[in-house]
Amino acid sequence: MSKLDSKIPEGPIKDKWTNHKNKINVVNPANKRLIDVIVVGTGLAGGSASASLAELGYNVKAFCYQDSPRRAHSIAAQGGINAAKNYQNDGDSTYRLFYDTVKGGDYRAREANVYRLAEVSANIIDQCVAQGVPFARDYGGLLDNRSFGGVLVSRTFYAKGQTGQQLLLGAYSAMSRQIGKGKIKMYNRHEMLDVVIVDGKARGIIARNLVTGEIERHSAHAVVIASGGYGNVFFLSTNAMGSNASAAWKIHKKGAFFANPCYTQIHPTCIPRSGDHQSKLTLMSESLRNDGRIWVPKNMEDVMAIREGKLKPTQIKEEDRDYYLERRYPAFGNLVPRDVASRAAKERCDAGFGVNATGEAVYLDFSSAIMRYGKEKAMIQHETNASDDRIRELGEQVVEAKYGNLFQMYEKITDQNPYKTPMMIYPAVHYTMGGIWVDYNLMTTIPGCYAAGEANFSDHGANRLGASALMQGLADGYFVLPYTIGDYLASDIRTGKISTESPEFEQAEKEVRGQLEQLINIKGTKSVDYFHKRLGKVMWDKVGMARNEKGLKEAMEEIRQIRDEFWKDVRVPGGMDEFNPELEKAGRLADFLELGELFAIDALHRNESCGGHFREESVEEDGEQKGEAKRDDKNFAYVAAWEYKGDPKDAVMHKEELTFNDIELKQRSYK
Amino acid sequence: MNLTLKIWRQKDAKSAGKMETYPISNVSPDSSFLEMLDLLNNELIDKGEDPVAFDHDCREGICGMCSLYINGEAHGPDRGVTTCQLHMRMFKDGDTIYIEPFRSKAFPVIKDLVVDRSSFDRIQHAGGFVSVNTSGNTQDANAIPVPKRDADKAFDAATCIGCGACVATCKNGSAMLYVSAKVSQFAYLPQGRVEATERVLNMVEQMDKEGFGNCTNTGACEVECPKGISLEFIAKMNKEYLKAATCAEK
Repeated sequence: MSKLDSKIPEGPIKDKWTNHKNKINVVNPANKRLIDVIVVGTGLAGGSASASLAELGYNVKAFCYQDSPRRAHSIAAQGGINAAKNYQNDGDSTYRLFYDTVKGGDYRAREANVYRLAEVSANIIDQCVAQGVPFARDYGGLLDNRSFGGVLVSRTFYAKGQTGQQLLLGAYSAMSRQIGKGKIKMYNRHEMLDVVIVDGKARGIIARNLVTGEIERHSAHAVVIASGGYGNVFFLSTNAMGSNASAAWKIHKKGAFFANPCYTQIHPTCIPRSGDHQSKLTLMSESLRNDGRIWVPKNMEDVMAIREGKLKPTQIKEEDRDYYLERRYPAFGNLVPRDVASRAAKERCDAGFGVNATGEAVYLDFSSAIMRYGKEKAMIQHETNASDDRIRELGEQVVEAKYGNLFQMYEKITDQNPYKTPMMIYPAVHYTMGGIWVDYNLMTTIPGCYAAGEANFSDHGANRLGASALMQGLADGYFVLPYTIGDYLASDIRTGKISTESPEFEQAEKEVRGQLEQLINIKGTKSVDYFHKRLGKVMWDKVGMARNEKGLKEAMEEIRQIRDEFWKDVRVPGGMDEFNPELEKAGRLADFLELGELFAIDALHRNESCGGHFREESVEEDGEQKGEAKRDDKNFAYVAAWEYKGDPKDAVMHKEELTFNDIELKQRSYK
Repeated sequence: MNLTLKIWRQKDAKSAGKMETYPISNVSPDSSFLEMLDLLNNELIDKGEDPVAFDHDCREGICGMCSLYINGEAHGPDRGVTTCQLHMRMFKDGDTIYIEPFRSKAFPVIKDLVVDRSSFDRIQHAGGFVSVNTSGNTQDANAIPVPKRDADKAFDAATCIGCGACVATCKNGSAMLYVSAKVSQFAYLPQGRVEATERVLNMVEQMDKEGFGNCTNTGACEVECPKGISLEFIAKMNKEYLKAATCAEK
């Protein structure tokens, strides 16, 4: 018998959330003042949850490792946020958004949660506009929309290429109002290092003041983890340098199950690595694939000549280019979904056709689009005898109007002019769909401990659609958690202040201190980055875009090996009682070194290909889909939730079977 | 590339600091400025020395966490970028580079190149918001049309990343560009107009309390701002302030 109870409400899917809200317990306003809630992380999920809980009357303590809550990595999201507003009158609806999200997730998400997400999506836009978020508008003064990958309607709201920034600053402003009122106590430059469990319930955290090094005890009646994803287990990713899995991993070690760790999104259009000095990767918006054609040279001699700088890509003739996406997927071409485009780039580079010094880059070429737009514009302007140069000039103007800021960003980073020479791109780790297992109320398997946003596993299945991450973060924080947490806290109105002097706090603090002292006292010979880069390489090579049994088993072994060496040979300069960024990094890496192994274990057990998880053993063997990912609904239509048992390799899996009552399971095809 | 770095080292807020010299070699011109500092830090760790503390996070120019005063300019010699987007190809082999923290009375040094910018947050707490609860029962998002011109202006102001380059650059240590960006964003939108009077008075009052200087229209802040926030917003704030201070019954 599984230990997992997803607590999905009864009734038809469209009524579940309303019925649930009508039935759950509510805490009266006078009693809310007696209850404390801790929120870890101040991105879209944590920031919005903190503000909403404080508005309701709870006493909130919010924590972030940055110097201000406004800097959480939600701020870097570019494209937009989905909402089923149907302002464009193109047939959008709650059901359609629900359907697209479940299908996009390759049928590995929980139907009831996704439906609720679609249901509250429209409210998010109302809320953000009321807060003064400056979304793009048309000349009539109404909100503008654009379309995004994998859907047939225009439902994406945006603020140029800075939608995440504007939404986060909206949540930050709501937080600021509550901080000013004293309803949120904000702890900047603080890192949660453990959760404290008293009588089986989450009752507080141990945190380190990153400026002074002081170890602090904080108590509360409930703890919300909104600390983001774990993409930095790969070392190189589009995540911020400080993004980490420690809060999530600490609660996992205290009893919260970790679900589907192998579901990772690898985004196809990022600026490639330029050398070993590289510390992070930068995303280029998916929208570029609308006009860019992706290719590598057909002949190995050309590849070599390009790498040696003897040949320029523009000198390679049309017939000597391999437009491999158009070749393999004639119907979708360059617009195949993210997971497919990423795997195809890897396949060509593995075969030796990568076009930069590291061998890991393909071209994204706008020359066809520039000429096509140029001819169109010449026609409109009645320039019937325009020369090729003139057509190119006109075409560049059109492309600049569409993608100017992205082209400029690319040029700043690479020092190459993408109007004149093709961009170089390569896939990079971008988002993690897996995360802490939560029930319908967003509660983890630890009573009183919740997980929201990217930190939980619930809404994106095995692959996330563009513009859905922002939607989920804000839905969880503004509209779901503030209701569902009351159901739990209703039984806590007479509990009173939780003491931090209990043996449980004592013990948790002792363990935290012990680990920090241990890290400092190793006094080995290698820096934290040295080990992190090694872990990242194993993850990328063997647990990355394509996975197989042999590689995964090797990865598990190698990660254990790196972990052993880390605990014997890492060098952390400085002490505990001071500002010490190396100590912070060491603690985070210690957790990644465990998470990485569980990641590989999960990838090994899931012997099917679905969404971002591709097993080389599970491909279609014949017919039109030959060579493509093969999902196995008969054996794997479940959530794998892992229970910690002292060592990642001893983790025990619990299954939550996924049932699809409102959507029919189908194969995705892009041929 | 081979370079000589002159870096401000300061143990903590209470200790005195000084410039230290560090030679560094084999720097790739394609690396970012912060990746060059990563390289230096790994060398220092290998030698058993204390690495240089500096703030950074997203490394794509949007979080506003990174800072640094490089050769006398906030975010260094390039324009329209933060330090994390500054690339070493902007320098020449053999250069000496001076690296200091953002200096201002309202930004005390925490360690080395890391400063405390929480004064910026406190200005937002004083009024950088619209007083609307997150109930989900607000009116429909399209209920009030906003002229595109105003929406675009509000957006331009809202792109401020709160890094503090304007303050570090200003000879008066003024935060007017930063504060005016938020005041203007809300002043241009109907949702923010309702509280415009209280907002500008409260935010300016808090700005003064934090020890920021006044504006003397030099315009250096606009030049160094990585997001191109315009001086026009300072004019807008002055107008809002004048209106509020003379007309408001507060």
